[in-house]
Amino acid sequence: MTKIYVSTIVNGRPEDVLCEAHQSLLDLLRDEIGLTGTKEGCGTGDCGACTVLLDDRLVCSCLVLAPEAHGKEITTVEGIADSQDGLHVVQQKLLEHAALQCGVCTPGFVVAAKALLDKHSDPDEETIRYWLAGNLCRCTGYDKIIRAVQDAAQELATTK
Amino acid sequence: MSNFGYVAPTTVEETLSVLKRATDQGQRAQILAGGTDVIVQMRSVDNSHRLFVDIKALRETNEVLIEEEQVYIGAAIPSGVLNENATLKTLLPGLLESADLIGSTQIQGRASIGGNLCNSSPAGDTIPALIANAAICVIATSEGIRTVPVENFVTGVGRNCLVGNEFLLGFQIPRPSTGTGDAYLRFIPRTEMDIAVVGAAVAVTLGQDGICSHARVAIGAVAPTPLLVDAAGVALVDTPVDEEALRRAAQICSDASQPITDKRGTIEYRRKVVGVLCRRAGAIARDRALSNQ
Repeated sequence: MTKIYVSTIVNGRPEDVLCEAHQSLLDLLRDEIGLTGTKEGCGTGDCGACTVLLDDRLVCSCLVLAPEAHGKEITTVEGIADSQDGLHVVQQKLLEHAALQCGVCTPGFVVAAKALLDKHSDPDEETIRYWLAGNLCRCTGYDKIIRAVQDAAQELATTK
Repeated sequence: MSNFGYVAPTTVEETLSVLKRATDQGQRAQILAGGTDVIVQMRSVDNSHRLFVDIKALRETNEVLIEEEQVYIGAAIPSGVLNENATLKTLLPGLLESADLIGSTQIQGRASIGGNLCNSSPAGDTIPALIANAAICVIATSEGIRTVPVENFVTGVGRNCLVGNEFLLGFQIPRPSTGTGDAYLRFIPRTEMDIAVVGAAVAVTLGQDGICSHARVAIGAVAPTPLLVDAAGVALVDTPVDEEALRRAAQICSDASQPITDKRGTIEYRRKVVGVLCRRAGAIARDRALSNQ
């Protein structure tokens, strides 16, 4: 089998790469494009560490085949921070609330939480917990993450 | 270099010819929709080489058509996309809830009703809801389209009626008439993201007098395949779908189930709970039907 040509836009930047059919989008991002912010946890779609946006929809990049990215737009954790103002408010609040320890789950939480706040400006706690249920964290016990996201939602509401 | 391949045809004809070419060359071909089962299985139980035929670029697998007599739902539409369709949610709330129960936000960005059916697990959540709503599978074959009622699609654990180079395009569902409501409930030991221990779906149509004229009941995870329980539907017809009628239907579901004991539940437990869920889903479907007069 020959390698497959993939033309995609990652965090607003065009990327042209070659991949194999059974490689995952996660492999493509980390090994071919060199964006190692996205982490591999389980490789089976259970933990959410590899969460990215694929054409504005949250997906586990471990459960997307690399060639499926052809012609699509992808946002990874590297594309979340605003280049002008520094960290995104979700990232800032995760830091302020000490909502991470080992940090492996954090990129997935950042991407998923930002997608939540883009969709729901004022989510209640239940909405946040359901939305983030596909992101597992073995360190924090979740409460700090939930509070950080609530705080980020409030800050976004007041600065609008 | 591996012998994996990937193609994303854009028409049904092209898909069929890709599948035929692979078969003729002795290459294994596998249809890819959302991949939330297929890719997991490739990385765990079955890593043999194959050609992935991605059907997400086809119009027929992606469109929702809401017509006067029927609703068509493409097989490869992610459940997250379906649940953003307000008209579908109003017409078939139980079916959409069954899709919404599967997996996390990330999984719902990919997982499809068609994939759930073709995975053909006894516990697939959308299957009883499709059956209760009398959904018909629209299948592409080299001889044209053939249709199969969803209750006849799954033939065993992980097995279905697709043969040769056939693949699923979507579902035709009779458009629910005035006074119709559906519901799906499942039992899992956690609050979400688990595989059903038991599932039950009910769709009922009530007349202006509140009497049921049509009912279908389907159960999941309590037999090698999801089951249509005709007699449970019959037990609801000509009744106001009250407690008494629902208890009869529940008993029929318990009797029709052929569950196994596994780590998720015992035979006795599943048999009892399938009745309970039938009763509760029936009450929700009835209330939805009444509010839809």
